[in-house]
Amino acid sequence: MITLSHYIVLGAVLFCIAVAGLFINRKNVIVLLMAIELMLLAVNTNFVAFSRFLGDVSGQVFVFFILTVAAAESAIGLAILVLLFRNRSTINIAEIDSMKG
Amino acid sequence: MSNYLLSLLTWVPVLCGVVLLIVRDRRPDLLRWITLLTAIAMFVVNISMWPMMDHANPGLQFVEHLSWGGPIHTAYALGVDGIAYAMTLLVTFGTMLVVAGSWGSISYKLHQYMACIMIMEGLMIGCFSATDALLFYVFFEGMLIPMFLLIGVWGGPRRIYAALKFFIYTFCGSILLLVSLIYLYTKAGTFDIRALAALPLSMTEQTWLFFAFLVAFAIKIPMVPVHTWLPDAHVEAPTGASVDLAMIMLKIGGYGMVRFMLPIAPDASAEYAWLIIVLSLVAVVYIGYVALVQEDMKRVMAYSSVAHMGFVTLGIFVAVALVHEGGSADTALLGMQGAMVQMLSHGFISGAMFTCVGMLYDRLHTRMIKDYGGVMNVMPWFGFFYVLFAMANSGLPGTSGFVGEFMVILASFAVSPWVALFAAITLVTGAAYTLWMVKRVLWGEIGNAHVAAMKDINLREAAVLAAFAGAVMVAGVWPRPFIDLMDASVSQLVHQIASPKI
Amino acid sequence: MELSTSILLTIALAPLAGCFLAGFLGRVIGRAGAHTVTILGVAASCGLSFYVLYQLVLGGAAVYNHNVYTWLDVGQISLSVGFLVDRLTAMMMVVVTLVSLLVHVYTIGYMADDDGYQRFFSYISLFTFSMLMLVMSNNFMQLFFGWEAVGLVSYLLIGFWARRPTATFASLKAFLINRVGDFGFVLGVAAVLYFLGSLDYATVFAAAPSLAGKTLAISQNVHWDAATVIAVLLFIGAMGKSAQVPLHVWLPDSMEGPTPISALIHAATMVTAGIFMVARMSPIYELSPAALSFVMVIGATGALFTGLIGIVQNDIKRVVAYSTLSQLGYMTVALGVSAYAGAVFHLMTHAFFKALLFLGAGSVIIAMHHEQDMRYMGGLRKYMPVTWITMWVGALALCGVPFFAGFYSKDSIIEAVGESHRWGAGYAYFCVMAGVFVTALYTFRQMYLTFHGKERFTVAAHHGHGAHDDHGHHAPGVLAHPPKESPWVVTLPLVLLAIPSLAVGYFTIGPVLFGDWFGGAIHVEEGGNVLAELGREFHGSLAMALHGFTQLPFFLVLAAFAITTYIYLFKPALAGRIKKAFLPLYTLLDRKYWVDEVYYAVFAKGGVALGRLFAKRGDGKLIDGALVNGSAGLVRRTAAGMRQLQSGYLYHYAFAMIFGLVLLLGGYWLFGR
Repeated sequence: MITLSHYIVLGAVLFCIAVAGLFINRKNVIVLLMAIELMLLAVNTNFVAFSRFLGDVSGQVFVFFILTVAAAESAIGLAILVLLFRNRSTINIAEIDSMKG
Repeated sequence: MSNYLLSLLTWVPVLCGVVLLIVRDRRPDLLRWITLLTAIAMFVVNISMWPMMDHANPGLQFVEHLSWGGPIHTAYALGVDGIAYAMTLLVTFGTMLVVAGSWGSISYKLHQYMACIMIMEGLMIGCFSATDALLFYVFFEGMLIPMFLLIGVWGGPRRIYAALKFFIYTFCGSILLLVSLIYLYTKAGTFDIRALAALPLSMTEQTWLFFAFLVAFAIKIPMVPVHTWLPDAHVEAPTGASVDLAMIMLKIGGYGMVRFMLPIAPDASAEYAWLIIVLSLVAVVYIGYVALVQEDMKRVMAYSSVAHMGFVTLGIFVAVALVHEGGSADTALLGMQGAMVQMLSHGFISGAMFTCVGMLYDRLHTRMIKDYGGVMNVMPWFGFFYVLFAMANSGLPGTSGFVGEFMVILASFAVSPWVALFAAITLVTGAAYTLWMVKRVLWGEIGNAHVAAMKDINLREAAVLAAFAGAVMVAGVWPRPFIDLMDASVSQLVHQIASPKI
Repeated sequence: MELSTSILLTIALAPLAGCFLAGFLGRVIGRAGAHTVTILGVAASCGLSFYVLYQLVLGGAAVYNHNVYTWLDVGQISLSVGFLVDRLTAMMMVVVTLVSLLVHVYTIGYMADDDGYQRFFSYISLFTFSMLMLVMSNNFMQLFFGWEAVGLVSYLLIGFWARRPTATFASLKAFLINRVGDFGFVLGVAAVLYFLGSLDYATVFAAAPSLAGKTLAISQNVHWDAATVIAVLLFIGAMGKSAQVPLHVWLPDSMEGPTPISALIHAATMVTAGIFMVARMSPIYELSPAALSFVMVIGATGALFTGLIGIVQNDIKRVVAYSTLSQLGYMTVALGVSAYAGAVFHLMTHAFFKALLFLGAGSVIIAMHHEQDMRYMGGLRKYMPVTWITMWVGALALCGVPFFAGFYSKDSIIEAVGESHRWGAGYAYFCVMAGVFVTALYTFRQMYLTFHGKERFTVAAHHGHGAHDDHGHHAPGVLAHPPKESPWVVTLPLVLLAIPSLAVGYFTIGPVLFGDWFGGAIHVEEGGNVLAELGREFHGSLAMALHGFTQLPFFLVLAAFAITTYIYLFKPALAGRIKKAFLPLYTLLDRKYWVDEVYYAVFAKGGVALGRLFAKRGDGKLIDGALVNGSAGLVRRTAAGMRQLQSGYLYHYAFAMIFGLVLLLGGYWLFGR
């Protein structure tokens, strides 16, 4: 029997993987974008699970919103990435520190 | 109709400024005329309100009230009593002369300069006539912006430093003002100044509020030791901005004291009156010496402003101390009136002196005293006015400079002969720094070839200086109209501080 | 009968109108126009002043005391502009306007070649207006107005030749030292208001007796007598204006101004304002013997010690200037012994003969082409007989030779001091008596050096364009033309001043000093009324003059006359030998007791040094450096530390976010419940 906790654990695992992806990754901005996507996926999993178990549809409505936003976000993110590569000829994170104070 | 006069005075200059911004400076002369005519019209409207003022009424007149609605109980509320009306007169009179005075001296982005001057006029009138504390605050802060721009864009070589110093300095003070006003709002549920004044407050609350107001207004006046922004701002500011600053903006500090500090925290004011009296005396004596050694004419005048505004705070708090100690109410009234007259008079005189310095600057592009000498020989008419204003600045009887100082010294003797003694030192130091400057600038042999080539003032400049001279002389020879104008309000104020809240 | 307000207003405002016309329209109306309008204005005011005096003395007019308009009203305190015209005022008005009128006329000649002709007339008319406002005032505020306004005109006139650095220096010095006096004066006025609740003369004098017993708390344990405080503070004002020791240093320097104003302002009228003021305030001064003693000692010191300086001066105007200081000392001594009428009487006679001496000196200066050093004069009597004779009249009057005006006033003062038993009267008596000798010494020396003896100047070969104003083009003592008598506009005032210098004392001493001339204007307490004592021994002017020939002062004058005659007429070399023999003393006098140097070092240099210190250390280092820029620096340093945290790496920020989240949630989990 798959209970709610299974889904929540799955969400948490996905989220942790995403966080780990953010921290451990020192190379590639694309991986960062993917990690963020994964995070959103984890949130979505939770939304769907709660929606199912609480019998409330609005959770699944949110999922659609989030998916849309996530798609738009990655589109913009990739666009920024292209521009970044054009300007700096690199997408190596260690070299992108213009925010340094 | 007369009910909308204050709004008219506030918003027509702002509108004029906006129009100036839009039309740009394709035809500078037309632009100057439009600005000047607007300023003159404002002055005419303002002075025509004088007969309509009810001198016996200490309360607000020309009242306008328009609630904003919304969750915060604040309103677009304007109105003037005698004191505020006198201050608005100073604004319109001063702006008119500033516009006429900076006729030819500004060519860079003229339309924006004039727009700043006009917008500032509107904001300052709004500030003096706002009867809602939040509205007051908005105007109080708003006028920093045009002044910031005036100094920062049309200023001298160190204008950025000066503009930033000016802005941050005064802004630090006004933040505390905002905090106190918000606190008062939570207590009273309204921003109406009269309601705030009637609010019963404990001594602790009053003390906190007193010091918050003190910081806000002391910086604006400015009092020692928070005066150092003024010399820097003056030195870098263009003439018109200097005149506006000295003539009007400093008065907002003194005005704020009588409008907020005394009515809202009368007991704390009485408790700490000695502090202000001491600081004022320091301003008078210490600053007198500092002014003596300045080498830049504008710095001399800036320090002189600090010393003279010291008489304003001295007069106000001498009155407070007298009321508190149960001294003669008439003497207290004398001190308070003296402070108010001193504000007007300092407006006229400092405005005139800065205009004079500006005229010298227009010709020689230096403000250093040592670059001049013997100016009297080439500019006799200018010299006449300069000596007149210098004498007024040293407090010569018959000029407005004497009236306020005399009244304050008379009143301060009742507090303690020592207070009067230190205050009276201004007779010597004031004359020393002013006339020493006059000696080095006007008298003597012609200093150098540049001075020899200077042209005497033209008709426009003469008209500006003559207007200043007229005000200085009228207020000196016959101060009674001004005193009568403010009398009812000042009496009420003295009565207010006489009735403790705790 | 009442004096009419319009007459009094005309007296005060006619010179002002002249001043405005000559000053603002000087170019339009030209030189002749300028002197015409100002002279007309002053003449009108002079004529009306005589009329007012006549009305008060013979016409039986009542004392006029009314306000013209209310200056300001605050609560019960009301300050007005108004006139108080009693005989004291009327006498001052006549003296002021008469001397002023004569000086106006004289100026036509003296300033004939000056560029600032119209301006000068404008100034002296303004001065006349200010002085009239001062003497006619009926309250302290207006008195102070006149007081400062004459100071302003004095400032402008001393610095009239503004291209001379010495002149501008002297004018600034005069104004500032006067301001030191005014500083005391203002405090005195404040004390009057504080104790008596009004600034109106009539009210104040009526309430003055209530001052008795009142004290002013200076500190917890020190209480000063109110009347003394007021009297001394007001007198400090008089010390500035009337150039009393130690505020006397401005007056000799004021000789930088043109001679007509030295006569008008710095001899006859303005400097006597302090004397007039104290006489006017007699009801207050009478309450405080201590203050009167102070006044007396100050006056006596001035009378003797400034006179001594006059002996060693070589500048013809400076001799007269120091003589003025000394004579002002006499007047002040008279005030100090409660002989107010004597002081005012001497004020009047002094106004005439000292104006005469100054104008005479001016006439000599014109003749000498603006050479003022007496060492290059001598033997002028044959070139300018009118000046010579009139100046001798002035000189004899100044020395107090019987029958001359100065005799009556000065001798009365000396006698009055002798009668007084006030603290310090002994010292004062010595000073005024010794002063007689000193006065005669420098006066005769001046006369001999100027008009008698050998000519110590030479006349250069004639060249084309010699004019009055080309002074400085020649070596000292070399003149472009031979000296000649001045034009009638110069000599006429001399003659007209010589007449009162000769006769005014003889005819007026009886009523003014010993009659009830001043009526209620001057108040003297019973017991201290030395003039009443003298009055008992007074048997007419003639008897007094004859008696004067047998008195010590006359012998002192004779002795001085003999000494100076011997030295300067017969043994001119002796002067130099005496100078060598008493070199330290000579140096002391020549350097004027080093007062100027000390003041300059302490107040001028010291003030500037203090200002520098304040500006550098106080404003620069402490406030701007430590507080203002210090707090800005603090922010900058804090921020510099904080920026280390901003690595710019996204994963650092993300880690900080997560870490913060964990911290918050953990905190909530641990403590929140």
